[in-house]
Amino acid sequence: MLRLSDLEKHFPVRRGPFRRVVGHVRAVDRITLSISKKEIVGLVGESGSGKSTLGYTVVGIHNPTGGRMEFRGQDLLAMRRADPRAVSKEIQIVFQDPGSSLNPKRSIKQTLELPLRVHGLGNRTERLETLKELMRTVELPEPYLYRSPSALSGGQRQRVAVARALASKPDFLVLDEPTSALDVSVQAKLSNLLLALSAELELTYLFITHDLSLMRNVATKVAIMYLGKICELADAQTFFAEPLHPYTQMLLSSIPVVSAEEETLKPKHVVPRGEVPSPVNIPSGCSFRTRCPHAMEVCSAVDPEFVEVESDHEVRCHLFAGIEKEVRARAADA
Amino acid sequence: MESRANVFEVRDLEVGFRVFRGHLRVLDKANLVVEHGEKVGLVGETGCGKSITMKATIGILPIPPAHISGGSILIDGRDILKLRGRALRHTQGLLSLIPQDPSASLNPVFRIGTQLADAIKYSTANANLGRKAIRKRSIEILSEVGLPDPERNLASYPVQMSGGMKQRVLIAMALVTDPLLLIADEPTTALDVTIEAQILRLMREAVDRRDVSILLITHNLGVVREFTDRVYIMYAGQVSEEGATSDLFSTPLHPYTQGLIASVPKLTGEGVASGIEGMVPDYLDVPPGCRFSPRCRHAMPVCSEKPEMRLPEAAHGVACHLFSPAPGEEKPCSD
Amino acid sequence: MSALQDAPRLSHPRLRSAARAVRRSWYKFSRNRLSVVGLSAVCIVILLALLAPVISPYPRHAGKFVDFANANRPPSWTYLLGTDVVGRDILSRIFFGYRFSLLMGIIVLALVVPPGVILGLIAGYWKGSWIDTVIMRITDVFLAVPPLVLALAIASVLQPNLYNAMLAVSLMWWPWYCRLVYGVTSSVRNEFFVQAAEVAGASKVHILLREILPNCVSPILTKISLDMGWVILLGAALSFVGLGVQPPRPGLGTMVADGAQYMPDSWWISVFPALAIMFVVLGFNLLGDGLRDVLSVEEV
Repeated sequence: MLRLSDLEKHFPVRRGPFRRVVGHVRAVDRITLSISKKEIVGLVGESGSGKSTLGYTVVGIHNPTGGRMEFRGQDLLAMRRADPRAVSKEIQIVFQDPGSSLNPKRSIKQTLELPLRVHGLGNRTERLETLKELMRTVELPEPYLYRSPSALSGGQRQRVAVARALASKPDFLVLDEPTSALDVSVQAKLSNLLLALSAELELTYLFITHDLSLMRNVATKVAIMYLGKICELADAQTFFAEPLHPYTQMLLSSIPVVSAEEETLKPKHVVPRGEVPSPVNIPSGCSFRTRCPHAMEVCSAVDPEFVEVESDHEVRCHLFAGIEKEVRARAADA
Repeated sequence: MESRANVFEVRDLEVGFRVFRGHLRVLDKANLVVEHGEKVGLVGETGCGKSITMKATIGILPIPPAHISGGSILIDGRDILKLRGRALRHTQGLLSLIPQDPSASLNPVFRIGTQLADAIKYSTANANLGRKAIRKRSIEILSEVGLPDPERNLASYPVQMSGGMKQRVLIAMALVTDPLLLIADEPTTALDVTIEAQILRLMREAVDRRDVSILLITHNLGVVREFTDRVYIMYAGQVSEEGATSDLFSTPLHPYTQGLIASVPKLTGEGVASGIEGMVPDYLDVPPGCRFSPRCRHAMPVCSEKPEMRLPEAAHGVACHLFSPAPGEEKPCSD
Repeated sequence: MSALQDAPRLSHPRLRSAARAVRRSWYKFSRNRLSVVGLSAVCIVILLALLAPVISPYPRHAGKFVDFANANRPPSWTYLLGTDVVGRDILSRIFFGYRFSLLMGIIVLALVVPPGVILGLIAGYWKGSWIDTVIMRITDVFLAVPPLVLALAIASVLQPNLYNAMLAVSLMWWPWYCRLVYGVTSSVRNEFFVQAAEVAGASKVHILLREILPNCVSPILTKISLDMGWVILLGAALSFVGLGVQPPRPGLGTMVADGAQYMPDSWWISVFPALAIMFVVLGFNLLGDGLRDVLSVEEV
């Protein structure tokens, strides 16, 4: 449904009184990713990885500086230029912070009605009916329509945000850390709701998060991002069965888990260390090499390419560079 | 019996707020103990009262509209609710706070060295150090917390540092006063998970090395499990369960604790839990007795009376009528 | 059928929550005694101005009237605040004078607030672009001119009277609203709810007026109430210099000017109008402070 090819979003860095451009922040650096219908793709990364920027670029808040986005086979950028409203009907976003994603001076009804009015979906009566149905879908009581966001809890506000995203009946949702700001028990409820909705309404999600444990239970495909690039991309089963990239392993070993069984699943040999380099000053070669326990000489010279280690499992790391050739060689011999 | 007082103790603390809508009864006879050298966790979701407990201890609770209607807070055996003036400040000086958001807790217009020097100067232990001695101490403590190149960082401004580095500075500022008790208020919530792991490791090493006690306040169950020796679970102003961390996580007794642990997505891939039915109560209209009863699957009529903390196992207490003895049975032992 | 059923239910819950909000705001406001004093002072002034013809002891003294027999009388039971140099009752003239003061404030702010707000919204939303630069530099130019100099310049071109004084004050006052709204807009503009509206495809007009503007209302209201005091004071200053309310009309500043040469013997001619100015300006200031405290703190 959505295909990103070598997508780039660079932000210029300006210094000095004349605001000259001295460098670029490569927030999204040649990302190639395909998302099929009804998939839930988990885009996992820490702060500075560019995951939110990628989501915003897909949704249209940012314009890409390079590469290509295709939605249902058509150039997304061209579609947006031609008819931005038609695109916003199909692709929507749920933001991270429940505190600021709803206008505090507008009632829930006014906020939810906006997409309906923009797309001309029904007259006054029909819109009210749709609103009531939306509230039912996100499991919020109808009278809440008339309240202001300050009267709702964080979890309830996020449900409203989900309702707003669903108002125009989109097919594709970008979820930018929708549960991160919520309490644990509320997170579980919202995650459940999102899962149920994806099945019921046949939605496709780009689920941006830093929470790998959540993705373990929700995602169909997982992509790990670091400093603008994808390090590892795999089908969820394969990913968690055998996480390959050193950064993935560092992430997994850092997660504070709540049970001894999970503890045994964490990779032990990669200890989290080092700091994320500033995105203005990305290390040469492989950007992870400053923190990687397996860093080799080649890592500072050459940026690794994607290697398909097994079907549906790609890694971008010199440790695996030889494997593809090996596999192909063996296949050729056989 | 104990030969010295507990480092920190909260006894039957009651805190309320007077607001436009009425009177919010938040903390309902909360009890908490931190012994010498222990790492204790205080866990709860938003609004459970853990921050209020912390604020009351440090003395930053906004006294109207808040008011402390009962109980005591003891630091090294002295009740700070009964102290004033110099005695109060001296006793509070035995504590140190590691605050929540490193970006908001450091003053952006002063250098790190200046802020660290302030912390050193205003601590009762180091009152009379000269400038050179303060600088030496600053460099020592920054190395202890693993900040690379401490001398250069003394001259940096907070905006030049990453979140993890700032948190290390804040930990340094807390340690440099040689406190009896560290209170860490959600110290890693604002940090990335790989940095969080490093900061937790740093805190653990510092605490073990210096034999300091620490009270870790958080809503992250995993962090509590990895870091603490003992943990208190709070819900809506009541302590619902307490015990050794390993016991509590392997056999959670209180329905709320069970619900919480079940809600955390697991790496073992058991699917997403359904969370806990219902919502946190409005403190204006708080249920009598056990405040969790409206959401509890096992709620019984007796739950409208407040359950006492009972110890069904050694050092593992739970405040729940499921564990109350039937009438006529032996009385439970209390702390 | 369902439309009829729904219509009353629609307005009712909204009214209910609005009423609740008003009651809560009053509760917060009334806790500060000074704010209530300010509000009372302002209400008194408004009442006096509205009812001037009815409650003044000598309503005709507000216009062309001379009574040299009773000129320069000190305060007494017949003339509570004394009479001026041509025998007019100071108290009655103060009541009528408040009319000019309030008129000045209302008209200037009505002229100033809409364009300032609109320009501020536009400049703030497109912050960083040429629109922003153009608007803000124009604002800077107006702000750079000293107000009294501008007023004098206008007076030398046009006739000195109240309306031209209002024009002069308006021309130098609008940039403050532009700046205020510019500040709020540029910070609100990047909030998620604005981006959500953009992603939903809302028109720019909608975003500016229905999403961003409601978030500016609180600081604007606060500024308006504080400004009333300042505009009135500036109007009085202009009248004092001879550029505002012209004699024989009872502008408060004009009255102070009239009595200036008789100080300190017939002190009441200047002092009481000056106190009247102080009363209304202080009232608006206290009211504005109180409003700011109420409007800016979000209740938890």
